Amino acid sequence: MMSAPTLLGICAAVLIGCGMYGFIVNPQTLRKILAFNVVGSGVFLLFGAIARRGAGAGFGGDPVPQALLITGIVVAFSATALAVALLVRLHDVAGSVSLASDPPSEPESDAGST
Amino acid sequence: MNTTSGGLLLVLAMLGPFVGVLAGLVLGGRNPQRVALLTVVVGIGIALAIANTWLTSGSPVVYLLGGWAPPLGIALRADGLSVAMMLVIAVVVAGIAVYACADFGTPPDQHEARAPFTFWLLLLAVWGSLNLVFVSGDLFTLYVALELLTFAGVPLVCLDGRGETLRAALRYLLFALAGSILYLLGAVLLYGGYGTLDIALLAERVRPEPIVWAAAALMTTGLLAKTALFPLHLWLPPAHAGAPAAASAVLSALVVKGSWFLVLRLWFDVMPGVVTLPSAQLLGGLGAAAIVIGNIVALQQARLKLLIAYSTVAQIGYLFLMFPLAFDALSAALVHGDALAGGMLQAVSHATAKAAMFMAAGLVYKVYGHDRIAELAGAARAVPLTVLTLALSGVALMGVVPSGAYLAKKLLLSAAEGTDQWWWALVLQVGGALTCGYVVLVLINTLRRSSVPVTPKTPVPRLQEIAALALASCSLLLAFAAIGVAPASGDLIKNPLAPQEILQTLTTVAAGAVIAFGFGRSLPVAWARAGANGLAGSVRHATLAVGAIFERTDGALRRWEVASLALLVVAALFGWAMMAA
Repeated sequence: MMSAPTLLGICAAVLIGCGMYGFIVNPQTLRKILAFNVVGSGVFLLFGAIARRGAGAGFGGDPVPQALLITGIVVAFSATALAVALLVRLHDVAGSVSLASDPPSEPESDAGST
Repeated sequence: MNTTSGGLLLVLAMLGPFVGVLAGLVLGGRNPQRVALLTVVVGIGIALAIANTWLTSGSPVVYLLGGWAPPLGIALRADGLSVAMMLVIAVVVAGIAVYACADFGTPPDQHEARAPFTFWLLLLAVWGSLNLVFVSGDLFTLYVALELLTFAGVPLVCLDGRGETLRAALRYLLFALAGSILYLLGAVLLYGGYGTLDIALLAERVRPEPIVWAAAALMTTGLLAKTALFPLHLWLPPAHAGAPAAASAVLSALVVKGSWFLVLRLWFDVMPGVVTLPSAQLLGGLGAAAIVIGNIVALQQARLKLLIAYSTVAQIGYLFLMFPLAFDALSAALVHGDALAGGMLQAVSHATAKAAMFMAAGLVYKVYGHDRIAELAGAARAVPLTVLTLALSGVALMGVVPSGAYLAKKLLLSAAEGTDQWWWALVLQVGGALTCGYVVLVLINTLRRSSVPVTPKTPVPRLQEIAALALASCSLLLAFAAIGVAPASGDLIKNPLAPQEILQTLTTVAAGAVIAFGFGRSLPVAWARAGANGLAGSVRHATLAVGAIFERTDGALRRWEVASLALLVVAALFGWAMMAA
């Protein structure tokens, strides 16, 4: 009979696999961002399973991974926010959000525009 | 482990720039620029103080956060590598800050402008994140620092707000996030296996077993995706070429050094005995491929900034040549020796030279309104200091006496001789010739006289030219600084004017000239035009065809599906290579 951490670890592996598949295959940018979040969830789940497996001294789980996990969630959340903000801006400027390269154009000036 | 004296300086080095970011954000208006310049001065002082502390104490500077020692707490640790990188980064940031005063000054009629406001804050954020990367003592703090670096670097790409640069920024962000999530997965596995993420403790506990192989493969691949090592370089050329000149300098010279430094920490400090020779050779092999493909595609470029961006792709390959050369067969581990010193020197000289090159490209833009290489005639007369900067930084990248890259090449060559790996010596020499190729190409075009005197479209401030020239000179004179710190390396260049050295330099330059005329696309000579007749014409036709093949290969590798699949393939290859026999 499989223990809970092992089962959770296998779920995490499946999540990471699905996420990486979506990340590689999907041409739409928003789906790539979602796929990254799925991979992130898998990694955090794995960390949680490790916390559960390392429990001792009357605790339900090892506290260090839980603390790192929360930091990781915040980092992934900020990353998603930045990506979505860029995506929205790209849509406003260019109309489409595909990441397919356009032929290199030459800007008028090299310094940042205001 | 205890907090050493001067340990608090490590915290200040990391916090100082971030306090600057917050102060600039709160004060608003045109204050970010003032805050940034003030922080630059303070930051250089802190970096010098840390260097002084390290030199006088002779051992790494340590600071325990909250007074708790690992594995319960977090330690900040600065050894010689960290100190050297912090000093160089501080100098480069100072140079870029001086240069950017003209480009990113808020116009007098506006209270606050978007691009200058953002640029100064992001410059400080990049600097703070880099200092955190250099002083972190455990893998999770390094993950946070790495993410900070990415978040600070990505908006620099799209400062001008055009659709093309926004796309480049998004591509960079997504690929970098894939890299960092792979790194985090590796770190999670290491915690699961050993119960700690502190670098010093992990170094004692790590054994060659499957969990470490998997973690090492995942973390290395993730970091290579962020450093844009071949074949994971899809995001770099459009991102670095599309950003404004000062931002390109930050991205190329500073941001890629962060993840490279992490690979160094991981391989040399956490698992030196676990990485095997095949895995080190694989890393060096990817570097060699980067050098060849990056340089040849650089020669095909029509735009100066794209040429410099591809040259970054090639120079990043150089940074990874030290890994196979540092492998000591007797102890079957990576050792801190000549190869590591050579690699560090290479990174440091690349940081200064590349920043100077991008700054010079920005000035060329100002003069002509474009940066098409074939149409840069008359630059030497119009902006002689800028062309001198291009020449000096090109020479510094090539590895000619007395640049830092020359000493680095000598150190790596002596390491190659010492470990009987002659093929890396060949790669180094070929790489030097290829680098010389695109430097010669750019110089031929800028030194040409134009029939009509060129008047700059926008006036070029003298301060910007001097800042760029100063950084290029730093790169050129780096060898002397290195000898000052480590006198033993003086033996390697004790007689730079010896006939053998001069012959080698001349051979490199001659080979570079041949390569430039063979493969360079934007040549101003008549027989290089397409459709020319005779032997020269047909040779040229053949070399251009070869160049086009390289360009198409690079284009195929830089497609999203191919590059992200390459992520998995590279990770699998590293995992397989790490399995001990």
